[in-house]
Amino acid sequence: MTSELFLQYLFAGITYGSIYAIVAIGFNIIYNTTGIINFAQGEFVMLGGMLSISLHTFLPLPLAIAIAVIITMIIGALIEIIFIRWLESPSVLRMIIITIGISILIREAALHVWGEGVRSLPYFNGNEISSIRILSTNVSPQVLWVIGVCAVIVVLLSLFFKFTSLGQEMRACSSNRLAATLCGINTKNMVTLSFMLSAAIGALAGCVVSPITYTQYDSGTGLAIKGFTVAVLGGLGNSMAAVSAGLLLGIIEAFSIDIVPLAFQDAISISILLIILFVRPHGLFGSKEAAGLKEF
Amino acid sequence: MKTQRFIPFFLLALVLAGLQFLTQITDTSYYLTQMTMTAYYSLVIIGLCLVMGYAGQISLGHAGFFAIGGYTSAVLTTYNLIHLLEKGNSFVLFLAGKGLLVNGENLYGESLLYVTPWLACILALVLTALIAFLIGIPVLKLKGHYLAMATMGFGIIIYRVVLAWEIMGEADGISDVPGFTLMPGITVNGDFSNRIQNYYIACTILLVAFILLQNLIHSRVGRALRAIHGSEEAADAMGVNTARYKLYTFVLSAVFAALAGIFLTHYNGGIGPSEAGIMKSVRYVAIVAIGGMASMWGTLIMASVLNFLSLRGLFGSYDDAVFGVILIIIMLFAPDGILRLHIWQRFKKFKTGK
Repeated sequence: MTSELFLQYLFAGITYGSIYAIVAIGFNIIYNTTGIINFAQGEFVMLGGMLSISLHTFLPLPLAIAIAVIITMIIGALIEIIFIRWLESPSVLRMIIITIGISILIREAALHVWGEGVRSLPYFNGNEISSIRILSTNVSPQVLWVIGVCAVIVVLLSLFFKFTSLGQEMRACSSNRLAATLCGINTKNMVTLSFMLSAAIGALAGCVVSPITYTQYDSGTGLAIKGFTVAVLGGLGNSMAAVSAGLLLGIIEAFSIDIVPLAFQDAISISILLIILFVRPHGLFGSKEAAGLKEF
Repeated sequence: MKTQRFIPFFLLALVLAGLQFLTQITDTSYYLTQMTMTAYYSLVIIGLCLVMGYAGQISLGHAGFFAIGGYTSAVLTTYNLIHLLEKGNSFVLFLAGKGLLVNGENLYGESLLYVTPWLACILALVLTALIAFLIGIPVLKLKGHYLAMATMGFGIIIYRVVLAWEIMGEADGISDVPGFTLMPGITVNGDFSNRIQNYYIACTILLVAFILLQNLIHSRVGRALRAIHGSEEAADAMGVNTARYKLYTFVLSAVFAALAGIFLTHYNGGIGPSEAGIMKSVRYVAIVAIGGMASMWGTLIMASVLNFLSLRGLFGSYDDAVFGVILIIIMLFAPDGILRLHIWQRFKKFKTGK
């Protein structure tokens, strides 16, 4: 393998890996406050992409993206308020089926609104063929956008959880919900907020990645599976570990093209998911003791 | 006592025969095609009901087992072995010597040589059971979200494989699958003249499977499964071998799905990758949930009604959306199925005056 090819694969891996990491963080935010895996997480990414594409027909790009993110955020909040908020201690099986149902609804609605066609946002800078020379290889500026935006999201989120009182309340809610309630935190609002937050970051990721991967009504499902793989790989609930796990999966996937046909690429990441579930269900970076206390 | 237990099954058989009679007198025998397909899909769903409702394990990969059965049978009964025979492949010669191959001719008069559907069927069932067994050992150790994702992952891998593998026909699937002659004079195929016969074949298989499952859940095994559903730890403590029971029911339901896949493939004369799709698995889960999870009768009724309506195209392009909506509504308002809604209990209380 030439060094140029190596770098190409590496950049592709990092790009996809950052997106997987964002989806995984979305899973983790909701999982931490509710104990629910939101199977509709991938649909937020699709919605962000689709909405911004539609809005961009009459709005400038930054404004279109901002509005798309806000709309997706509202949809996230509505989902929580309509379907989840009023349930009293629902079983895991019930929550799985409900979120799967929600993802089907969003997907079908998208199919009827936008059709089966493949769409994409224009490149933020330049076009399909413009490239920037980094080290000894050429990369599209959009790749830098994706990596940059994902990095900013991760940094802002960690600052939010660490230093703002709202972020601290959410963390309190995730470590012990009863204790948080006793301290006067409205845990139900925290859950709604967690849905809004993961919808928003999912939508933003969907916008920046749209020029490269294109957006289709059913592009959420694949991303959800990959994001879940990454979330489990890093240890469910651990957002920072999801970043390294995401990059790892992205790079493995990118280099696997050299060995197996593209059509089996999804099968590779799912095999990784299955192996990690069987061998280390607490994730690469999680501790076994902590995982034993959680309920999956 | 024993004969009493068979009365409901006898009535069910009567209803199935009655439906056929009804299509005959109202001259709507074109419904029989969908009714036959419905019976096969219902077979998958009652099998899944055993795993979900009784053993309490979710499986989002049952379309995968359906596809393994259907595709294995389709590949074996359409793959032309004539060149291997001419080259003197010893294994093919052995099969031919045992009478396990059939000769045929295609449209251009070239001679073809296939594996007989009987052998293909048995091989497909054994393969499915083996895969279910091997997948089941690690997967069934998982719970909740992890189990759901792992089975879904398995389903997606199967989908990707049939979509990308040349021998499986890629996106086109496999067509021209020959009929399956069960006995001289009894053939599973899509022939117009064979419609009534095929309806009864499908109903017989469904009925036999249903009686088998009903007996199973009212036996020692069934009680063990319900104990597992209630609390796996408690069942373990009471000496129930939870891992083994979960695995056996998983394999059994996978075999049911494969059987349905095999027969439906021969009936339709082909199979496509959409049969392995994730939406199919979700649909099976949805119907079990609507039927009330741990209710074989409820599941059977819902499976028949909803599959039939869907196959008739009643939901149009909203097909998947309808199942999504039903799924959410049932899970929100009646997680024990619509046949066990509180309204019925209130109604009963009202009637008895309590």
